[in-house]
Amino acid sequence: MKNKLSWFAVPYVVWIALFVVAPIILVVIYAFSTADGSFTLDNFSRMGTYAVVFGRSFKLAIIATAVCLLIGYPISYLMSREGPRFQRVGMVLIMLPMWMNFLLRTYSWMSILENNGLLNRLFQSIGLIDLYNQIAMALSANPAAYEPITHFQLINTQGAVVLGMVYNYLPFMILPIYSVIVKLDRSLIEAARDLGANTFHVFRRVILPLSLPGVLSGITMVFVPSVSTFAISKMLGGGTEMMLGDLIEQQFLGGAYNPQLGAAISLVMMLIVVVCMVVMNRFGEGEEQAVML
Amino acid sequence: MKRSNSLLSRVFMALVFVFLYAPIVLLIIFSFNAGNSNTVWQGFSLEWYEKLFRDRLIMQSVYTTLLISLLSTIIATVAGTFAAIGFYSMRRRIRDPLMTVNNIPMMNADIVTGVSLCLFFVAFFNFWGDFAVWFNSLQGVIQLPTRLTMGFGTLLIAHVCFNIPYVILSVGPKLRQMDKNLVDAAQDLGCTWMQAFWKVIIPEIKPGIISGALTAFTMSIDDFVISYFTAGSSASTLAMTIYGMTKKRVSPEINAVSTLLFVTVLVLLAIVNIREARQERRNAHRLHA
Amino acid sequence: MKKMLALAMILTTVLTLSACGGSSEEERVVNVCSWGEYIDDSLIYQFEDETGIKVNYQTAESNEALYSLLKTGAGDFDVIVPSDYMIARLIDEGMLAELNYDNIPNYALIDDAYKGLSFDPENKYTVPYTWGTVGIIYNTTMVDEPITSWDAMFDEKYAGNVLMIRNSRDALAAALLDLGYDLNTTDTAQIQEAYELLADAKNKGVYQAFVMDEIFNKMEGGNAAIAMYYAGDYLTMRESNPDLAFVVPEEGSNWFVDAMCVLKDAQHKDEAEEWINFIASTESNLANMDYIWYASPNKEALESYPAYYEETYGEPLDMGLYEIMAAPQEVLDRCTLYENLPADILTLYNDLWTQLGI
Repeated sequence: MKNKLSWFAVPYVVWIALFVVAPIILVVIYAFSTADGSFTLDNFSRMGTYAVVFGRSFKLAIIATAVCLLIGYPISYLMSREGPRFQRVGMVLIMLPMWMNFLLRTYSWMSILENNGLLNRLFQSIGLIDLYNQIAMALSANPAAYEPITHFQLINTQGAVVLGMVYNYLPFMILPIYSVIVKLDRSLIEAARDLGANTFHVFRRVILPLSLPGVLSGITMVFVPSVSTFAISKMLGGGTEMMLGDLIEQQFLGGAYNPQLGAAISLVMMLIVVVCMVVMNRFGEGEEQAVML
Repeated sequence: MKRSNSLLSRVFMALVFVFLYAPIVLLIIFSFNAGNSNTVWQGFSLEWYEKLFRDRLIMQSVYTTLLISLLSTIIATVAGTFAAIGFYSMRRRIRDPLMTVNNIPMMNADIVTGVSLCLFFVAFFNFWGDFAVWFNSLQGVIQLPTRLTMGFGTLLIAHVCFNIPYVILSVGPKLRQMDKNLVDAAQDLGCTWMQAFWKVIIPEIKPGIISGALTAFTMSIDDFVISYFTAGSSASTLAMTIYGMTKKRVSPEINAVSTLLFVTVLVLLAIVNIREARQERRNAHRLHA
Repeated sequence: MKKMLALAMILTTVLTLSACGGSSEEERVVNVCSWGEYIDDSLIYQFEDETGIKVNYQTAESNEALYSLLKTGAGDFDVIVPSDYMIARLIDEGMLAELNYDNIPNYALIDDAYKGLSFDPENKYTVPYTWGTVGIIYNTTMVDEPITSWDAMFDEKYAGNVLMIRNSRDALAAALLDLGYDLNTTDTAQIQEAYELLADAKNKGVYQAFVMDEIFNKMEGGNAAIAMYYAGDYLTMRESNPDLAFVVPEEGSNWFVDAMCVLKDAQHKDEAEEWINFIASTESNLANMDYIWYASPNKEALESYPAYYEETYGEPLDMGLYEIMAAPQEVLDRCTLYENLPADILTLYNDLWTQLGI
């Protein structure tokens, strides 16, 4: 019986070979070839030039992941302590924004953060900008030469990009953590309490270690899309702060056609992701199901 | 043991929800704006909704998006369920490497998946062109099209591709939880092989299938990057249309689309949840009785 | 109840499938790729309704991005509307199809001044779509004196308030012109110097952002003071923000011709020529000019536009605006058409451009 059922997987194995493995092999081939198809390592030797982009992408992605974790973990934990109806509605509310395409949500942030956008208008109307100008003028060495600002620079900054990432990928952090915490064996917590542990200890010694697999998959699920995004950085970053995703997109469909270089950058990024996954698996042996909602 | 949260943590939760919903609420409010500004309120009007329904470009892309998401979810759910059952019946030594490969599209950055599929489709089409010319020259009965292009088909393949792993990942654990002797028992009791499959396995793993389908649909609707690289010139999803627009002037019609999408999802989810809650209550009653 | 959800999903799919299955039989299609804000949408609908040909209308960001789309094979277009230098490159690389002008009688309406130019000297591949100049758009309320020179694009004085254009050819041209060089130069030292000028300005924070059509929102909303862009788009922005002014800098600039071409491997060549003919007509050109404010190469349309404007809006057209749209000879005298650059210079442009982005 068992062996008969295993034939069910054959079509999918063929599918994987065709649409997952073959395309990746193609990327590898491209990465090691010149425009006319001969072998080269040039695409990688030029990688050093892009170290800044790698550095910036990783920095922003790490910050975004950390912020997501700082918001996502408490939310998941608090949510799991609420009543069942609250939990159900809460989780639906967290999922709901994902059903609108993430570009729609990012676009909304654009109009909030613009120099003449909603936030700056708000700051203006409550007098925050005037206040800032007065303080800055008082503090400046040469008050006569001080040029008052008309707005705070919110959009087209790294902060805006991080905000966009956090906003879009926060559910990816909350869902796996929540699904692990909510399944925790309550009796373990009670046992710990009976043995004299206080709330802090229960959290540190029982809940935190047991929820680690959820945390790890949350981190991957936020980090990977953050490090490779190009839409968010273009829309909220103004294109002056190039990220890895922008660099790759530019080589394929953008203003500097060079698919071989793009493939090489993709490959390096892929390797980094693999390394991350291996390291993660070391920590959270075998709990890959934690990803599920 | 159940202690409810303190006021402070409730406030924290509320703030996070405000953060999540403020931009969406703004989109919705300004969809009723009379002017075309997203920051200055110029009076109430339904102008943008009216324009939206006459805008062939946006309507077509909404239609493409829904169709792609639905089709790819259905295909991925069926294929993924079968694949998960197959994987589950395999020996560990074969299964584990396959699972690793299966996870690639999910763990890989979207842009890499998109780029690799794009390269693959183009390479395949070139190969196909040569093959079709050769094949057509051999005989005159069947004429193969010599030129394939990216479009709806490639878009669908790409979506199915990244959806299947989510289905497998959600069906897999349910299979593992299933009592291994159930199927044997059913067959001992006279079930045919097919009957055992439909009457025993499928009902056991149904919750996994449903949550897998839901995840797949969510991912499909939310996707932009992979579509961007695989849609070609004749198909365009809503996300691609919006991306094209954000580069120039964004018409408030987009706000109107957002509002309609949001309300639809909200209503659907509300219905599902109310029914679920009712069912649970009924089950609880039955237990008491 | 989950069964019901599944059922509903299947039902919708079947319905939608049958709905589209019925209509897609033998449908005539043309795939057009143009630029953003570059057509009066109603022309598309009019063409669809008149001919029954469905138009898949997409936009690319810049000539360079269009080239990438074509090369990657991601775009499968019939008609494209590249600019002069890109047309030359595409012809060089054998990517364009020769047109059958018998199918495009309206070609006769195109002014001879836009025929036989360097990019298509024998008039085999192109039907001009628009022409115009590149210049500096600035917000008069945000600068102290009128802008006249490309210096403004690199001036630290306006740090954080300048929008640089996001394509290598135009951006480097601005720098080359500012340095007093020819914008078609193939001297690598000059190009390198121009790059340094750009990179230096970028590092000093002069640029708020690198933009293409995002410029509309940003300039109209008063979010930036100075930007480099196309004359026609300036006129569009001016409609929503009258504080904006436009200048073709004294050092000279680029004047361009965008023309419709058919790709060599186009699958709908007949439909493509039908579309081109439709767009080349005087009525279409007038409608387009009125909508996008780019000067038409159709002589009759260009000359009759002021009258058309007065008839449509009941007020005379400001001839100052008309001259910005269709630059007079003395302005064109200091402008140069881009030429296609040799392959090694193009690679240099690409590399420098990628590097600038970093």
